[in-house]
Amino acid sequence: MPTPETRPFFDGCAAGELRIQRCADCARPYFYPRPVCPHCGSFNVAWFTASGDATLYSYVINHRPAPGFEAEAPYAIAVVQLAEGPRMMTSIVGVPNTPEALELDMPLHVRFERRGELTLPVFGPAGASRETSASRESGATA
Amino acid sequence: MSRGAGVIIAGAAETDQVGRLPHTSTLGLHIEAARNALADAGLTTRDIDGIATVSAPGPVQVAHALGITPTWVDGTGVGGTSFLLHVRHAVAAIRAGYARTVLVTHGESGRSRVGAGGWRMDPSSPAGQFEAPYGTLGPTTTFTIPVLRYMKEYGLTHEQLAYVAVAQRKWAARNPRAMFRDEITVADVFASRMVAYPFHLLECCLVTDGGGALIITAADRSVEFPKPPVHILGTGEASETPMISQLADFTESQAFRLAGQAAFAEAGITTADVGHLMIYDAFAHVPIYGLEALGFVKKGEAGGFIAAGNTEPGGALPLNTNGGGLSYTHTGMYGMFAITEGVRQIRGEAAAQAGEPQVSVVLGNGGMFATAGVLVLGRQPR
Ligand SMILES: [Zn+2]
Repeated sequence: MPTPETRPFFDGCAAGELRIQRCADCARPYFYPRPVCPHCGSFNVAWFTASGDATLYSYVINHRPAPGFEAEAPYAIAVVQLAEGPRMMTSIVGVPNTPEALELDMPLHVRFERRGELTLPVFGPAGASRETSASRESGATA
Repeated sequence: MSRGAGVIIAGAAETDQVGRLPHTSTLGLHIEAARNALADAGLTTRDIDGIATVSAPGPVQVAHALGITPTWVDGTGVGGTSFLLHVRHAVAAIRAGYARTVLVTHGESGRSRVGAGGWRMDPSSPAGQFEAPYGTLGPTTTFTIPVLRYMKEYGLTHEQLAYVAVAQRKWAARNPRAMFRDEITVADVFASRMVAYPFHLLECCLVTDGGGALIITAADRSVEFPKPPVHILGTGEASETPMISQLADFTESQAFRLAGQAAFAEAGITTADVGHLMIYDAFAHVPIYGLEALGFVKKGEAGGFIAAGNTEPGGALPLNTNGGGLSYTHTGMYGMFAITEGVRQIRGEAAAQAGEPQVSVVLGNGGMFATAGVLVLGRQPR
């Protein structure tokens, strides 16, 4: 459920852009959305569109699905590192969610999935199809 | 750093039983634990002027149920390590003269959910917006995420991770109150159900009912109590992140390190002085992160250290001697049980007594590497 401070992120996702924030004073990007730079404490921050490039930082493969995710299990809950530096939790699509297929540091690129009311960023192998994945109403948690 | 007046744990006890307690509510577990800790200290509710516990039910409810009108209240609620922070705050309050005798209680019907509120993540919180939509479902799906990064960077093996559970079960086998007491092998761990790869069921904590309580007061009152005093030599607390995805470095916990450094500095000890150690083990990797954050081993060495037998019965550094959250009990907020075991070891009254430790260190975790508390407990004052 977006709040006023996070709405631009979700609006970006709906428009097919990964919009995050950057400090106008120290120039460092950060995530999750908030009106203060966690690196230097400046309140002089602005939104920009990230490249969508990322690498796989770590993950688990969850065998006990959350409500709405029964059809997906076992599924990866991953943390990716954006090319710009910040990390975010995400799903990994376009590749089997198995230990063999999910190699840490593999290059990924953002895609966008409609889940319930919101469009969310998910990540798939870089260089593969960048088409938006099928919509998944069942994944809604809002 | 100024060293204030000495403060002790004068009473410490758990509920009569831990495990499956469907006949007792969460509040009832608090009351039972408080009764037992008061008896342990030879006190009554009339002697208590300070109260600390987490919500729910919270310090106001617990105090009122016991007929206490406290003039010092701490409701710090930062997950399973909250009780370590309560001890730290009580030490400060006693030194400041704000309280004289503080009761810290824990009770949780974690398994039976009797008189326990529902749990729900606020969907508008940062975690609700940026983690929950990806199918997280409690600690098994989040606390566990960092370990694959650690394994890649430091070479921790699946066998070493599994051995954490094996080592702790050896302690549990010596503790009649432990929920699981049959010794296990690495093969048994691998054969248990996969919960969240790479974690099997036996690498995840139990879910139980139970409670515990402490009585904290000034050291100069030690002669008033029936049990030998447990001196609180140093304490520390720190928080890092409300979301596992934002942990700065997935191979370490800053909160563990900072809380440990503060506690060791105040106590004036090094790792060489520590004869007994408790590290909150919600999952098998947490003792690994804890051993390294506290400086007992170098980065990347803890898995091998445990697998070599150093922390099990007969080892040089007895760790999680009650069997831990993996085998003894884990109500949800386990920190109280790590403290009560540290107290028992210092007093020499533990079920699996590990020699005569002069110093016991207790490291508590709150949330998913979110918050840490550390206590240094001693047989002697500083
Ligand atoms: Zn900045």
